[in-house]
Amino acid sequence: MLQFLQQPWPWYIAGPLIGLIVPALLLLGNKHFGISANLRHACAACFPAGIKFFQYDWKKEVWNLFFVGGIIAGAMIAAKLIPNPASTIVNPSLLKELAGYGITDHASLLPGELFSLKSLFTLRGAIILIGGGFLVGFGTRYAGGCTSGHSIMGLSDLQWPSLVATIMFMAGGFIMANFILPFILHL
Amino acid sequence: MSTSQLKKFSNTDFEVRTLDTICVNESAPKHPWWYNFKYLAVGMIFGIVFVKAEIISWFRIQEMFRLQSFHMYGVIGSAVLTGMISVWLIKKFDIRTIHGERVEFHPKKFNKGQIFGGLIFGFGWALTGACPGPLFAQVGVGSFIILVIILSAIAGTWTYGYFRDRLPH
Repeated sequence: MLQFLQQPWPWYIAGPLIGLIVPALLLLGNKHFGISANLRHACAACFPAGIKFFQYDWKKEVWNLFFVGGIIAGAMIAAKLIPNPASTIVNPSLLKELAGYGITDHASLLPGELFSLKSLFTLRGAIILIGGGFLVGFGTRYAGGCTSGHSIMGLSDLQWPSLVATIMFMAGGFIMANFILPFILHL
Repeated sequence: MSTSQLKKFSNTDFEVRTLDTICVNESAPKHPWWYNFKYLAVGMIFGIVFVKAEIISWFRIQEMFRLQSFHMYGVIGSAVLTGMISVWLIKKFDIRTIHGERVEFHPKKFNKGQIFGGLIFGFGWALTGACPGPLFAQVGVGSFIILVIILSAIAGTWTYGYFRDRLPH
């Protein structure tokens, strides 16, 4: 059993479990699944700076911060109690491509060469960590939601604007991963 | 209180929050703060699944955008299908919340933000290999460098708020 839990879980177990978050939040208290809203609540709580977009009672949304706290705690439990002892299995052609950029560490879920303090002080690492984070925060709010709010909650409720957003998420990802990221990783 | 009632009272707080946020439900019953722990419990399950199904892996996201693995498509596809069936059942049988409230849905309005913002988020998603949920899970796993990404994402959201009126919507 433990071994079964330790190995990477297949998509057909993970996907439906994630889908069940939607009715769980709705039925527990009429809450709509959407994680990027917390980035906005952080702005509203810490530095609203007189911007109308951040002038609201963020305390009403405190449930979402609890939800995020749960994600952090759950991830901690998974990493401590049922860790996967093996290296992350990565598609061989991706491994080969990454090796060309000097990225060979796939012991954990993130490549150590990119996600480390040392990397933060390189041009490549700064673009990925600081630049990437900025685009995530700016883009999700501009789009009115992220993968959870649009792609899972929005599509579950058959909202066509969410389908537009999801298609653009994927389009942006394809363009970045295939045409721009290779140049950044070469830096 | 229903959405239309709220609009009638022109609750500015509600109006500001409905500017492209997801959660706008005004839950009528007032509960003590510790009721929020039920959401923490749901989040914990989510966090465990994120880690164990490697959804928080930069490698999995790169494989997805290079069409080198079916995994993420399977995860997102089956999650959406499960969500769709759940929402349909809730609407069809008028299933109430555990506190007896009617479940409310809010139609999303289309604006150009979904196109431009969506594209920008897509760039960030491929760079960092994470959307906002997985970012928090990575911190839980112990990758504290991810805090840099989260802080930068908060800065990005703040910048959007600052320039919001000047951006095409």
